[in-house]
Amino acid sequence: METIIETKKLNLWYGDHQALYSVDVEIQDKEITALIGPSGCGKSTFLKTLNRMNDLVESCRIEGSVFFKGKNVYGDKVNLTELRTRIGMVFQKPNPFPMSIYDNIAYGPRLHGVKGRKKLDEIVERSLRQAAIWGETKDCLKKSALGMSGGQQQRICIARALAVEPEVLLMDEPTSALDPISTGKIEELALELKENYSIIIVTHNMQQASRISDKTAFFLLGKLVEFGDTEQIFNSPNDKRTDDYISGRFG
Amino acid sequence: MKNHKGTVEYFFRLIFLICGIAAVFCVLAISVYLLISGIPAIREIGLKDFLFGPVWKSERNQFGILPFILTSIYGTAGAVILGVPLGILTAVFLAKAAPPRIAEIIHTCVELLAGIPSVVYGLTGMTVLVPFIQKIFNLSSGACLLSAILVLTVMILPYIISVSETALRAVPKEYEEASLALGATKTETWFKISIRAARSGIIASIIQGVGRAIGEAMAIIMVSGNVANMPSIFGSVRFLTTAIVSEMSYAAYGSLQRNALFSIGLVLFLFIMLINGLLRLVSERGSNK
Amino acid sequence: MRKFKEFILNTGMRLAALITCGLLAFIIGNILLRGVRYITPQLLTTQTSYLNDTIGILPNILNTIYIIIVTMIIVLPIGIGAAVYLTEYASNRYIVSIISFATETLTGIPSILFGLVGMLFFTQLMGLKQGILAGGLTLVMMVLPTIVANTRESLLTVPNSYREGALALGSGKWHMIRTVVLPNALDGILTGCILSIGRITGESAALLFTAGFGLRLLSFFNALQSSSATLTVALYIYANEHGNFNVSYAIAVVLMLITLLLNLSAARITRKIKDRRNG
Repeated sequence: METIIETKKLNLWYGDHQALYSVDVEIQDKEITALIGPSGCGKSTFLKTLNRMNDLVESCRIEGSVFFKGKNVYGDKVNLTELRTRIGMVFQKPNPFPMSIYDNIAYGPRLHGVKGRKKLDEIVERSLRQAAIWGETKDCLKKSALGMSGGQQQRICIARALAVEPEVLLMDEPTSALDPISTGKIEELALELKENYSIIIVTHNMQQASRISDKTAFFLLGKLVEFGDTEQIFNSPNDKRTDDYISGRFG
Repeated sequence: MKNHKGTVEYFFRLIFLICGIAAVFCVLAISVYLLISGIPAIREIGLKDFLFGPVWKSERNQFGILPFILTSIYGTAGAVILGVPLGILTAVFLAKAAPPRIAEIIHTCVELLAGIPSVVYGLTGMTVLVPFIQKIFNLSSGACLLSAILVLTVMILPYIISVSETALRAVPKEYEEASLALGATKTETWFKISIRAARSGIIASIIQGVGRAIGEAMAIIMVSGNVANMPSIFGSVRFLTTAIVSEMSYAAYGSLQRNALFSIGLVLFLFIMLINGLLRLVSERGSNK
Repeated sequence: MRKFKEFILNTGMRLAALITCGLLAFIIGNILLRGVRYITPQLLTTQTSYLNDTIGILPNILNTIYIIIVTMIIVLPIGIGAAVYLTEYASNRYIVSIISFATETLTGIPSILFGLVGMLFFTQLMGLKQGILAGGLTLVMMVLPTIVANTRESLLTVPNSYREGALALGSGKWHMIRTVVLPNALDGILTGCILSIGRITGESAALLFTAGFGLRLLSFFNALQSSSATLTVALYIYANEHGNFNVSYAIAVVLMLITLLLNLSAARITRKIKDRRNG
């Protein structure tokens, strides 16, 4: 197992407020890593530093480094659009574009210049299959994505992210807005996907973390408190704070 | 005492109701009057000959308004073709790319453009644009359809810009975030996603612009030549609106000519109602998403 | 290719914004350049005299003022009344939507049609002569939606607690509106006024055949029923029919100054209202 993403002394401020304190972590390739912790602990913020989506916030300032396959993501001359192609993201609230399902999936590839109808058809089918939603959509690809249910929309968003063939998939509480059945489907999906992709998932649902992840990172008030194999974190945590959170004494 | 208060209250309620209905009364009056005054000439000339007759020569009692209808359509189309790209590009810049101070300045410019009286546009067109066109294209007179189109473009620009800008600002952030996360640049996001999402607002702005262009009279009467020809880009032309203005002052009271001018007004009114109806349709569809 | 498209769009955006501002700068600059020098005291304070071969736009300035007064006196009570009805009294949704529909429709009608109907209704049917009164009545229809919309918006910002407080003390509805609601909605009404005055000042097509082309200096009451050209119509006449662009440009400068002043004041007040609504 090799390290695919590594952060060293990562600090982040929103204006004067510090949101991340010296986070050091090594994320392994082709594993599911869960980020857990109470609201406001910085887990989503941390996730967004990995594909530099935090850049969108004006007041955001970073110190430290984030290495993706050995290269500093915040270095000079980093191609932002290429970075975000290789590290994809799925959001908490499903956000398909107001277009057909086909056009949603094809959006990314088209950005990169893929034009041929056949090629696009292939990519769309492959992505929808990978997201385990081909069967439900193959007969209505031209239908607006907004007409699908919440769970279906989220899987379409996952397919959309997969269409550009990323190496890492970031998921920011992807099931918190969904019903239990859709949640279950997406968790199954994640387990299938980890064969080919590294997945980092932020979740406030501890059962979800223990169900599907290989490694877990516990964040509290902007600090990475503990990181290790999921089994160890949940059964015999080293830090008392981790233990308190997991047993529900706060959070 | 209570009774007195009651009747005073009732009285004022009635007054306010009447005020409220004033607008309805106006619209009804306008519709009725345009109909009443417009129909006689159409009856006498014949609907087909009136609408599709290619010759308007009042001295010879020929009253076909096809030249005016076509000119109005071409003029508006031209203004839309030029104004929409210009307007949408500016709107995107205003809504997404411009730093706040510059956005303020551009905003003020757009507002001021909207506030300039039509006759001032006409004067500027007449004294600056017309001679310019004349020189560049080597014409005997620069007062032509092209000049009118250029003036109309500038006049509808503020409408397209401000309504489109509002629509673009209202696009939910989630769409833009999703696009960026897929590796698109900000500009790509604005033009591929934001515009798509703001589609109905943008279309509404265009329809509004069309309504404005088709109803404009004073600005273009000073730059379009006012001869009742079939439209040609460098030719002197008359629009539905300028046709009315051109002859109304000397059309004899009660004459067929005068009545025909009212009929042009009726046709114009129907055009406008159609455009307004379209606008409501598009706006409603947009808000039902 | 992708980078090229990006470049084109980015430059295109900036160019478009530049062109838009450039157009404004050009129009205003051109007017100032060609008009300011002809603004003499004589122009502003006399009327055109063929005997002395001088031009004066005093009658037109006065006509514009007259018509603003006439229009506003009539449209304010009606417009405010309509807005009050819509926000305070109307319970039947059907009636409200009809009134709203009518008001919206009025906004979309071009001024030339108002002019036509005004001419038909006021000068032909009602027998008024061409003049400020007929013109003013025509403009009332044009400007009504503006007053109604702005007043309505302002009325909606008055907190319901004010209304409830007054009613709880035994006030009748009209009394409540008069003493509590309207005074607090004054700035919206003011904005509507300013916007309307701006519109009236710039209007021309609606006035050609209702207020007329007259260039003589008249008293207020005479002007009501005599052909009287406002500044905009005068600009048109001097440019189109006399070929005297200098005067037209001078008038344009005066018009622009008035419009600018009105726009700025309206913007200021609108901002104050917005702050109050959010605060």
